[in-house]
Amino acid sequence: MRLRLILAALAGMACVAAASDPAERLPDPAQEAQAREIFRDVRCLVCQNESIDDSEAELARDLRQIVREQVKAGKSETQIKAFLTDRYGEFVLLTPRFSAGNLALWGVPFLVVAAGVALLFVRLRKRTLDAELTPLEAERLRRLDERETPRHDPAK
Amino acid sequence: MIAEAGAFALILALALSIAQVLLSVAGRVRRSAPLAGAGEGAALAAFLAVAAAFAALMHAFVVSDFSVENVAANSHSAKPLLYRVAGTWGSHEGSMLLWCLALTGFGAAVAGLGRDLPRGLRAMTVATQGLLGTVFLAYTVFASNPLARLLTPPAEGRSLNPLLQDPALAVHPPFLYAGYVGMSVVFSLAVAALVEGRIDAAWSRWVRPWTLAAWSMLTVGITLGAFWAYYELGWGGWWFWDPVENASFMPWLIATALLHSAVVTEKRGALAGWTVFLALAAFTFSMLGAFLVRSGVLTSVHAFAVDPTRGVLLLIILAVTAGLGFSLFAWRAPTLGQGGMFAPVSRESALVLNNILLAAATATVLLGTLYPLIREAMSGEAISVGPPYFNLTFTPLMAALLILLPAGPLLAWKRGDAKGVVQRLWIAALAAAATGLLALAVVNPKKAFGVLGVALGGWLIAGALAEIVERTRAFRAPAAESWRRLTGLPRGAWGMTLAHLGLGVFVLGAVFETTWKVEAAEALPVGGSLDVGAYHVTLEAVRPVTGPNYDADRGAITVTRNGRPVCEAAPERRLYTVGGQTTSEVGLCYRGMSHIYVVLGERRDGGTYLVRAYWNPWASLIFLGPAIMAVGGLISLSDRRLRLGVGRRKARAA
Repeated sequence: MRLRLILAALAGMACVAAASDPAERLPDPAQEAQAREIFRDVRCLVCQNESIDDSEAELARDLRQIVREQVKAGKSETQIKAFLTDRYGEFVLLTPRFSAGNLALWGVPFLVVAAGVALLFVRLRKRTLDAELTPLEAERLRRLDERETPRHDPAK
Repeated sequence: MIAEAGAFALILALALSIAQVLLSVAGRVRRSAPLAGAGEGAALAAFLAVAAAFAALMHAFVVSDFSVENVAANSHSAKPLLYRVAGTWGSHEGSMLLWCLALTGFGAAVAGLGRDLPRGLRAMTVATQGLLGTVFLAYTVFASNPLARLLTPPAEGRSLNPLLQDPALAVHPPFLYAGYVGMSVVFSLAVAALVEGRIDAAWSRWVRPWTLAAWSMLTVGITLGAFWAYYELGWGGWWFWDPVENASFMPWLIATALLHSAVVTEKRGALAGWTVFLALAAFTFSMLGAFLVRSGVLTSVHAFAVDPTRGVLLLIILAVTAGLGFSLFAWRAPTLGQGGMFAPVSRESALVLNNILLAAATATVLLGTLYPLIREAMSGEAISVGPPYFNLTFTPLMAALLILLPAGPLLAWKRGDAKGVVQRLWIAALAAAATGLLALAVVNPKKAFGVLGVALGGWLIAGALAEIVERTRAFRAPAAESWRRLTGLPRGAWGMTLAHLGLGVFVLGAVFETTWKVEAAEALPVGGSLDVGAYHVTLEAVRPVTGPNYDADRGAITVTRNGRPVCEAAPERRLYTVGGQTTSEVGLCYRGMSHIYVVLGERRDGGTYLVRAYWNPWASLIFLGPAIMAVGGLISLSDRRLRLGVGRRKARAA
């Protein structure tokens, strides 16, 4: 843990978008673009919250090399990410998985909106009902009733 | 001697804060004006005492008095004056002292400016503010004394992290803290209102200016921080969804929601409970931010003044103060009543939707920030929540909010006219569509999300202008009539329009920059060049330079377009001799609203230098937008109707 902190402190010092280094680049631009896309979702494990796309740390460099090699070998993004999570755990990916354990994480934002809108609807409905019961409304309703009553009155 | 006097002043301030609480509460209970007045006097005195302590610490930094532990740990005699001054708040202890300075400052302001508040409410507000002051001053005095001496002073200090030695960052904390702590006034007002059991238009009228002031400061503070990250960290990004950024963003989102709900409470008497809830939440999130940033429970790129053990103390302070506030809320809020009714299509409904979406956005940021901790505590599994999560959750919520935004100000209170709003906004909608189509036609490569985002920015700007057109009846009434209406618009209206306009400007810049930025990197020999977008970047020379406390390689870069010179940049790679850290100083070329951003990297074998260049189109708008928003906030603040008490006096005269 202590070592991780020291490494983190060192790595945090000079942060430049390191992945664009021409010395590391793949010859095929399409493959390079795909690798960069993956880099942005992979955490530099020893850094302070940086992706391997940004970090100059030694480990980030190694991870970039691994990813680039796999991209070059024709592996898909899913396969590469599976390889990384097998090795380093879910922590290595910056996008949390859509899994049961992350249900609250992905669900709550939209749940809050749903709950808020539901509350607003309840309140608007209640208000309309209240409004119908104001004296003025009640009086109008009574008059309507009076006008209607004779029509249904069987007395002739 | 000065340091001792400062330490003494700090203890005095603590005693005065305690007196402020006791006197104000006694004044309230006995309904005694002299006692309450004495409480206000104590508030003012506490502020002066903290200011004296702050001045003492600043003096120690300026004269490089290394017998003061904090100075020895965070300063260096070779540092330029500005950064020696800024060093005062560059450490944990110093920043907590700045926090206390702001807290007592706002307490003194409430005591001094609160003449128009009802007496009971004023006394309870001053008392609550005093209680917050007591808690944080006690923390500073007992757990984080910034003026402690060293028995054996070193000859030289350990210096401030070089990344922090930057003009924008030197002034960033004072703005940020003024914003964070400004929310304490709103918190105190909410507690006082709950104790008094009364929320009325006068109360909301009081909440709004304090929220506006704090919100504007926070906007400036966050923007300065983002700008600093943009040009100092050297990777061209300005927002990383990093825990420390999120910590400052959550109070901002809540304050934004509060600004809007307080309008409903003031004008229509509705949402009183919710407004009080937000008022409590805003400062709670400020304290949460202080805890997250200072404790280091979350790893962050910006974690500088971190201390885990004292983090626990901050967590306790947070839990106790927020816990008390919300318990009081749970107990008293049901008595507040629901206020006026409104139709589904109305200004009230629009503002409620605004609040729902902002609350959801805050919940998202909170959850994204804390979820790794929660998961690790519950199942022991470590996960990361990075930018992709926020892009998938926060962005759609905000997009929904921004699409609805221009309709809000055009809706009438109580019962709005949806058809009328559509009629008034169709030109704005056309303008938005035209902006989007223009982006689609002109900008390459074609990107759907970028085009939609640009259209959204256009929609916000056109919508804000449509609101002004509507208010002045431009193009419908005679020009003289429109002019009279335009000049007669209250400043609050201008403030709102500017804030919404600024948001549109920000969206344009943010979308354009993130979608269409171009990156290029090469290992260049001196005289070599690379292309980034339409620009040709040449490394003319690299010279060694010596700064006050660093050695650097300075690149001479010329930028040309179609063979014609555009500008010159001088990026540096600095080695700070004291700490041994390297930093890069970005070379920035401003081309209209766009930037050419050049970073000089390490020297490689064969005498080449790694040069990275970015073309960041419309990047200035990212920082200009929030600046416009903050100006809008300040203009609103100067509105006569909001100037404290004026409205009530006028009402009495009428």
